[in-house]
Amino acid sequence: MFSLSVFAQENNKDYGEFHGNFELNTQTYSADSLIGAESVDEIMRANTYANFTYTKGKFSAGLRYEAYLNTMLGFDQRYNGQGIANRYASYTSEDLEITVGNFYEQFGNGLILRTYEDKTLGLDNSSDGIRLRYAPIKGIRLTGLIGKQKLYWEYGPGIIRAFDSEISFNETFKKFTDAKTKIQIGGSFVSKYQKNLDPVYNFPENVSSFAGRINLSRKALMLSSEYAYKINDPSSDNGNIFKDGNALLINGSWSKKGIGFLISALRLDNMSFRSDRSASINDLNINYLPAITKTHAYAFDAMYPFATQPNGQISGNFEIFYNFKRKSTLGGKYGMNLNINFSQVNAIQKTQIIVNPNDAIPNLDGYTSDFFAIDDELYFRDFNIELHKKVNKKLKFAAIYMYEDYNKMVIQGKYGMVHADIGILDFTYKFTSKNALRVENEILITGKDADGNKQDYGDWYMATLEYTSSPRWFFAVSDQYNYGNPEKSHRVHYYIVSGGYTKGANRIQLNYGKQREGITCVGGVCRTVPASNGFSLTISSTF
Amino acid sequence: MKKITILSAFLIGFLTYGFAQNNEKTELPSVNIKTLTGETFNTSDIKNPDGPIFLSFWATWCKPCIKELIAVDENYVDWQEETGLKVYAVSIDDSKSMSRVAPFVNGRAWEFEILLDSNSDFKRAMNVINVPHSFILDKNGNVIWQHNSYSPGDEDEIYKIIKKASEEEKSDNQ
Repeated sequence: MFSLSVFAQENNKDYGEFHGNFELNTQTYSADSLIGAESVDEIMRANTYANFTYTKGKFSAGLRYEAYLNTMLGFDQRYNGQGIANRYASYTSEDLEITVGNFYEQFGNGLILRTYEDKTLGLDNSSDGIRLRYAPIKGIRLTGLIGKQKLYWEYGPGIIRAFDSEISFNETFKKFTDAKTKIQIGGSFVSKYQKNLDPVYNFPENVSSFAGRINLSRKALMLSSEYAYKINDPSSDNGNIFKDGNALLINGSWSKKGIGFLISALRLDNMSFRSDRSASINDLNINYLPAITKTHAYAFDAMYPFATQPNGQISGNFEIFYNFKRKSTLGGKYGMNLNINFSQVNAIQKTQIIVNPNDAIPNLDGYTSDFFAIDDELYFRDFNIELHKKVNKKLKFAAIYMYEDYNKMVIQGKYGMVHADIGILDFTYKFTSKNALRVENEILITGKDADGNKQDYGDWYMATLEYTSSPRWFFAVSDQYNYGNPEKSHRVHYYIVSGGYTKGANRIQLNYGKQREGITCVGGVCRTVPASNGFSLTISSTF
Repeated sequence: MKKITILSAFLIGFLTYGFAQNNEKTELPSVNIKTLTGETFNTSDIKNPDGPIFLSFWATWCKPCIKELIAVDENYVDWQEETGLKVYAVSIDDSKSMSRVAPFVNGRAWEFEILLDSNSDFKRAMNVINVPHSFILDKNGNVIWQHNSYSPGDEDEIYKIIKKASEEEKSDNQ
């Protein structure tokens, strides 16, 4: 009804805009016992997504069709099936926005609320419900929502109620519009409800959380901080303790043309927050806890990626960005770009509380933790230097060195501590204006364990050769060779041959080869990738 | 087998439709995202009265995105002079790496308009699947070209399109 009245007011000739996208991922699976690849009864499996959006004036609506026939290995098999996975309608006027159906929302940095989707992770925790956004005066934004979260083809048992407010002083007060200092502050409240069906525990049915944030910038300087607090939330994540949780995130940067510094700190204590207290892995997260470590993108510097530890971590990150000017000694004719990064993550100190059953009210907090105390247990350490240089009109290269300590037991639940030194050299030679060859070399060397054996899977070498013909074609061959595996029979070549064709926003890519077992992470949220062997085909289009 | 045949028929039909749609003029959706200094920015305000717009979705962790922006940066001064081009680089870095964007961009001395789409709201509204994904808009804010992925040399095609767009605009004005 609402939409009809909107339609009537518009020009008859305007039928609105219809857009969407489509993505098909399919793979065949052949068994390879040496690398641990499994075959599947279906021979091939496919994950397919298609979004359709319709916009006309102030009205918009959309839906997403998804088909997992059957779900590709490495994604949760509860996805099996096909149907409409997401649908919404919304009305937006100058100061008011109403959305019903599935929607994605983030308050501040997401410490107490972020719903999002990431197809790489097979993650979609969208809320299905109602969201209102209102801007009573310029620079002030209020958001309220109520909904249930998506859990594969179903919904989680909990209900989320949330409210956020934000003020941008420079937008609200005219006299500050042109001020050099820009300030925004925000506050949010999120409450979840889940019925308690446990016969033993008296779990709280309503759990609240609060967060406050500030964002300040003046010329080259930027500072932002958010603090979040969560009231007792016993869950399978924290071993059903009643302790309150908290999180503090601080980011500061100073940068001007050619130079930048970034310093970040994050402390998390008992901050897992889900709309089902018994949920696990990536299911039904209400909040998002951003790991502040650097995201790496090559095969080997991303081989041991850090994953956020919601039960407790304390971490720091420092980074320098520098551009050597053209015609300087180090910059040469075309300049050179340098990036240095250091980050470390440790456990927080926890003092266990011994529960005395004779107490009238037993203390079920589990532990106490001194806010500023850093535990000796190391989770992650990363020091890396990255150089990018254009040598001449045809040749460019990137060089990376990385020193890494990785607590695989804490992050992935297997092995123990791994040390790795990683080196990467990536050359691009553009031999005509449209044709280029890229040669990438990577090496990863692990440390030795107490018995003098190589840690984890030992040493790796990788070479990639990639030919691109702009703007349509690419062909690549790549080999990852586990030459230093402590078990000689596992010194395997993982080769992949791939080719792709892109026209505008349409893309098709075919791969054949072996994929090593590992984990893939986006924003500190990870998914395990099983070893596989076979063909894979990806087709995507935006229209 | 029958299923595969049906699926391929559907796919071919779909792709043909997709290819055919690419040249249609379309307007940008209205989504609230942020500027580098944290102020709200509505994407329907992505405008350039002086010429075409190059709109690129990127992230600090995306290698081909950075290569594409470096290539555009190297030509920016010339293209601006010739066509009146304006570049909007929309970062989809989420709160994990959002605070890297300012020092990263300044460290590279880029002079693009930088926008932050930290929960991918604008990306979703534009139906972008993966980054890099870039669009070229004419002076009236209509999408006239889009491209997914980056290969060295793509800047030549980008130049061709923005040049054509600026010439069409000039002849429109006469």
